[in-house]
Amino acid sequence: MSDKKKELKPNTYKFDTLSLHAGYQPHKNAGSRQVPIYQTTSYLFDDVDHAAALFNLERGGHIYSRISNPTVGVLEERVASLEGGTAALATSSGMSAIFLTVMTLCEAGDHLVVSSQLYGGTVNLFRLTLPKFGIKCTFVKPRDTEGFKKAIQKNTKGIFGELVGNPGNEIMNMPEIAKIAHDAGIPLMVDATYQTPYLCKPFEHGADIVIHSLTKWMAGHGSSMAGILVEGGKFDWMQNDKFPTMTKPYEGYHGLSFAEEFGPTAFTMKARAEGMRDFGPCLSPQNAWNVLQGIETLSVRMKKHCENAEEMVKYLSNHDSVAWVSHPSAPNHPDAELANKLLPNGKGSMIAFGIKGGKDAGVAFINNVKLASHLANVGDTRTLVIHPASGTHSQMDEATLKFAGLSHDMIRLSVGIEDIDDIKNDFEIGFRAARKPRLVSNQ
Amino acid sequence: MKFKVNGHEVFASTGGRPFDKKKPLIIFVHGSGLTHMTWVLQTRYFAFHGYNALAIDLPGHGLSSGESLKSIEEMADWVNDVIDAVGHKEASLVGHSQGCLVTVECTSKYPDKIKTLSLMGGAGAIPMNPELLSLAENNDPKAVDLMMDWAHGPAGHFGGHPVPGLYHINTGTMLAKSRTIQNTLGVDFRACDNYKNGFEAAKKIKCPTLSILATDDKMCPVKEGKKLASLIDGSQVDIIDNCGHMMLLEEADRVLTVLKKFITTNYPPLSS
Repeated sequence: MSDKKKELKPNTYKFDTLSLHAGYQPHKNAGSRQVPIYQTTSYLFDDVDHAAALFNLERGGHIYSRISNPTVGVLEERVASLEGGTAALATSSGMSAIFLTVMTLCEAGDHLVVSSQLYGGTVNLFRLTLPKFGIKCTFVKPRDTEGFKKAIQKNTKGIFGELVGNPGNEIMNMPEIAKIAHDAGIPLMVDATYQTPYLCKPFEHGADIVIHSLTKWMAGHGSSMAGILVEGGKFDWMQNDKFPTMTKPYEGYHGLSFAEEFGPTAFTMKARAEGMRDFGPCLSPQNAWNVLQGIETLSVRMKKHCENAEEMVKYLSNHDSVAWVSHPSAPNHPDAELANKLLPNGKGSMIAFGIKGGKDAGVAFINNVKLASHLANVGDTRTLVIHPASGTHSQMDEATLKFAGLSHDMIRLSVGIEDIDDIKNDFEIGFRAARKPRLVSNQ
Repeated sequence: MKFKVNGHEVFASTGGRPFDKKKPLIIFVHGSGLTHMTWVLQTRYFAFHGYNALAIDLPGHGLSSGESLKSIEEMADWVNDVIDAVGHKEASLVGHSQGCLVTVECTSKYPDKIKTLSLMGGAGAIPMNPELLSLAENNDPKAVDLMMDWAHGPAGHFGGHPVPGLYHINTGTMLAKSRTIQNTLGVDFRACDNYKNGFEAAKKIKCPTLSILATDDKMCPVKEGKKLASLIDGSQVDIIDNCGHMMLLEEADRVLTVLKKFITTNYPPLSS
């Protein structure tokens, strides 16, 4: 027998186990192995004292499903556990998660520094809608790390970006930008929809708030809209006087200071107590349950997504009909080194490529592929394609398109988990049509 | 709120209500390396029901300044100083884990001041695993990860927090890592390991005492908690099933219900 002393190791559950179990205890739910769908609007109070305590955040529990719901709560804890966060708040969509995050952080007169490479809807929120609430934004190209620093003003309350920009695949230097944010006493908010926590946990690289459209890879099945904001718990809201709504007594809850009372979960508590109460973009329990089904297989799917994506990068890079390919796994990607650091488990399944022949060729390709679906979504288990200049980013003018790094020949590809040969064969049909766009009729 | 004790600024959460000297005082003392935040699901109730609920950050912890106190005896004296500093003549004490050692010692030493004692996950002694102690004293974050692992019961490892959306283990980890580990957890673990007076102190306690224990508590097992309770005259014991050492978070509602009944019966609130 060896007398070697056994090293102590924490036995907290690992990623794959948390994907299946976190946030749920069957013995508290009639032994139901599957998470029950609590299809209810409201919850019985034990007595008047209990009701008052719940409304006053004196004890945990549910009041009304706009604010919280047990099924949605399981999803929130599950994603918080996978991200390494302290708390999470699920919303009806990724966009509502971004909006709620901004409205929890900012007031009229505030300013944000924002990456210019974002999903088109997010660009419009920051560029056109938030100014209506008195919140202004300065856009900075994601690779211009120094630009983020220069754009910070006295009234700047945070930096926002997508880790891998949509749709150009530029990678934001998250650790450096986090340092810039923290030196300025403001949080870094990262939309990590493309990565999921399987590929990257932004909190480990300095992010303070992580946002997901759960509709995409997290769910995978393309059946349900959902979003979430997750809190890292490290940001000190009391370090300066920039965040009075977090640190000063809040009239809406008898003078509660969220930062003092809830510390590492203060942001989520405020987003729920104030944001869900006043804006109400709640997630339905059915959709929360649907997303939970997807998360159960997240790591299995993400591995296959990434394998297929890397195969497609090789295939496209060597194809005569392709002018250029952008994916962080490509050796010539300008951010390849940063990608290896931030995305060690895989570089994701979003590929942007330019088709020879420009816009007409792009349209012909899109109209003729059969297996790949032409639609406005990403992160489905099925392969998806779109032509951003005429689709997701079509509301932008020429100058904005250019600033967002888009070109008319660009096709955005979300690689699914089908057999790789079938995807390639389908693309051959599209490329054949693209080579003679005028000879192939549109569908 | 902030106030000074022995020249150092102390932070204490008041449960969201202004401090009012007319109301009876309850002081909540956190466990090793943690902060006032651990009590959030207990303090707000008492603060809104006729008490001054003070969840303190021990010196050098959370938002309190100064250096961490090196012995349980010093911490017990410091809690007594807190009572004086906020202008009260008496208080009810609530402790968790290391906070139980502190409150037991304080109650035995200042019997006229302490009116009730509530212990959660308490024991008469908390000898530390030498390797865990060494990791904490060497500022190794693994010490926090191990503590969070052992402090949560099997059910608690899955989550299921009473406050929707909060994930226990990561929240606890963040609290324990919020200050330099060796200066908080390291000092606290050493203080626990050195403290030998728990059982003798318990014998001197005469005020109403409650022990809340949990069946899956690996850090202060039920057997140890019962041993301590048996030395205190008339001590009540409540045991929670399927719960670990972090009962005040894992089973926050149950803990509050038991605590509420015990404190309001033995140390009534100021009626409104």
